[in-house]
Amino acid sequence: MTENARGAGAAGARPRFRNIDVGQILQYRLPPAGIISILHRVSGALLFLVGLPFVLYCLQISLGNDAAFAKFRALAGNPFIKLVFLGLIWGYLHHFCAGIRYLLLDLHVGTEKDQARTSSLAVLAVSLSLTLVFALKLFGAF
Amino acid sequence: MTTKRIVVGAHYGLKDWLVQRITAVVLAVYTVVLGLAILFGPPLAQASWKALFAGPFIKVLTVLAFVALAWHAWIGVRDIYMDYIKPTAVRLTLQVVTIVVLFAYVIWAANILWSI
Repeated sequence: MTENARGAGAAGARPRFRNIDVGQILQYRLPPAGIISILHRVSGALLFLVGLPFVLYCLQISLGNDAAFAKFRALAGNPFIKLVFLGLIWGYLHHFCAGIRYLLLDLHVGTEKDQARTSSLAVLAVSLSLTLVFALKLFGAF
Repeated sequence: MTTKRIVVGAHYGLKDWLVQRITAVVLAVYTVVLGLAILFGPPLAQASWKALFAGPFIKVLTVLAFVALAWHAWIGVRDIYMDYIKPTAVRLTLQVVTIVVLFAYVIWAANILWSI
């Protein structure tokens, strides 16, 4: 609030946004680095809320006795469950690729503006194409 | 250095930041190792899938990966709470629930592996 008041001084009525308001989210044009950053958070939340319990349950029935394994086979054959799998696979791949980028940035690798932009696009390209490969495998294309 | 510290804050140190990076590396290595084992191992079927997790070495490694995952998730989820959940009572409740759930997940993982 105080920043806004100060901003509306001599320079005229130029609006200043200090915090993202939920209602403004769709109006923001994020650079690629911003897109993969928010997706890093979204995928992390997804992996925590859905991924962990779902994967543990699948691990339990797939490593259990024959009856449990039959349950896993039925589950894995369900198209809706396949979509859940695919969503989690995307989440993991994105979190993995963006995470590698953050580790490199922490080591001061690729911190220049154009490099950071290129690496953000590379994260999107790698994670999305790997997701596509998994999608084709999951739905039996090969 | 401020003296105004919040009970549900980040403990203001380098430790959590560093732990998040170290656990990330542990998980990345585990992911690659498991991925290669599946890719170059025998075709996946019930028996080979069980055999993959049957040895004591891979069991310990997998539980360690789940510990790293739980710790990593704790720091990330806590960061999300700190950004979006402002009332202390709500945030503290969510944090406690998250810790309990993550501990349960690690125990669950160990139980699955040693039931093979």
